[in-house]
Amino acid sequence: MTDTTLIVAGMATLAAGTYAIRFAGPALRTRMAFPPRAEKLLEAAAVILLAALVATTALTEGHGFAGPARSLGVLVGGVLAWRKAPFLVIVLAAAATTALLRLLGVP
Amino acid sequence: MSSIRRTLEGSVRRDIALTCLAVLFIGLSYGAIAVASGLPLWLPMVQSVFVVAGASEFLFIGIVAAGGNPIAAALAGLLVNARHLAYGLALPPDITGRGWRRLVGTHLMNDETVVFALAQPDYPRKRAAYWLCGLSLFAAWSGGATLGALIGSAVHDTNAFGLDAMFPAVILALIVPSLRDRPTLRAAAAGAVIALAAAPFLPAGLPVLLALAAVLLLIRQRKKRP
Repeated sequence: MTDTTLIVAGMATLAAGTYAIRFAGPALRTRMAFPPRAEKLLEAAAVILLAALVATTALTEGHGFAGPARSLGVLVGGVLAWRKAPFLVIVLAAAATTALLRLLGVP
Repeated sequence: MSSIRRTLEGSVRRDIALTCLAVLFIGLSYGAIAVASGLPLWLPMVQSVFVVAGASEFLFIGIVAAGGNPIAAALAGLLVNARHLAYGLALPPDITGRGWRRLVGTHLMNDETVVFALAQPDYPRKRAAYWLCGLSLFAAWSGGATLGALIGSAVHDTNAFGLDAMFPAVILALIVPSLRDRPTLRAAAAGAVIALAAAPFLPAGLPVLLALAAVLLLIRQRKKRP
């Protein structure tokens, strides 16, 4: 087991660094005036990041494929979202599909 | 809090509550996994309060439990959290608060709070969603992690309930309205492909950041149609 002091130092680094990253965006934003076109691009950038996050968390685990159960569950949620289903239905259907597939032995 | 309740529709509050419930369960498994892999009880408890960023915390305990250097684990976690810089730039000004409130509001920024805020139609509702989601998510995550660490091995494999499909489904459900705009959809799809192509080779966090290259598609697009 690693020395406790080192673990605390690592945790403090992660906490302080994450806080600084979170602080930087809004601080820059209030200090500079962005033209409306740039503001649109910044918001689109967040959507792109979130879409990439959906793709990687739905399809990958570590450096490999996450398995069909989770991917199909998220796909079901995505189809329901596109068809404007309520949020609750989307999220629960995604989890239920994945759980059901795992129950049937799909990884 | 009462002004938040008046500002946000019941449906949005319900959606936030469901998201928090999912996060609570993920927090439970996080605390339990940390303790089960031989780490001290206080680690997931303290970390969930001071970091509040699930993916980076899982990565941190994974590396440390495997005998890796905690400072290296922290740097890997920071790479995963780098996307918050772009989130902060995308949020409307002052949504994280002014003065001392900013110290709190800054700490509440994460995938869910940002996506709930951006999905709201106007500034008062964006701000209310950011704070309501942020505060309740903080409670759900740190409460779940603490409970999970305490009950430890009593928590069974949460993947059996499909909980791992809930996080991507929550984010997807909230960005779909933005994806109905064709150029945004094209750029988001390109970004997702970039991240997936990079995932097998690069350390966690970096593939998602590379996806930002897809913003270039939008810049070219908008230049063509002034």
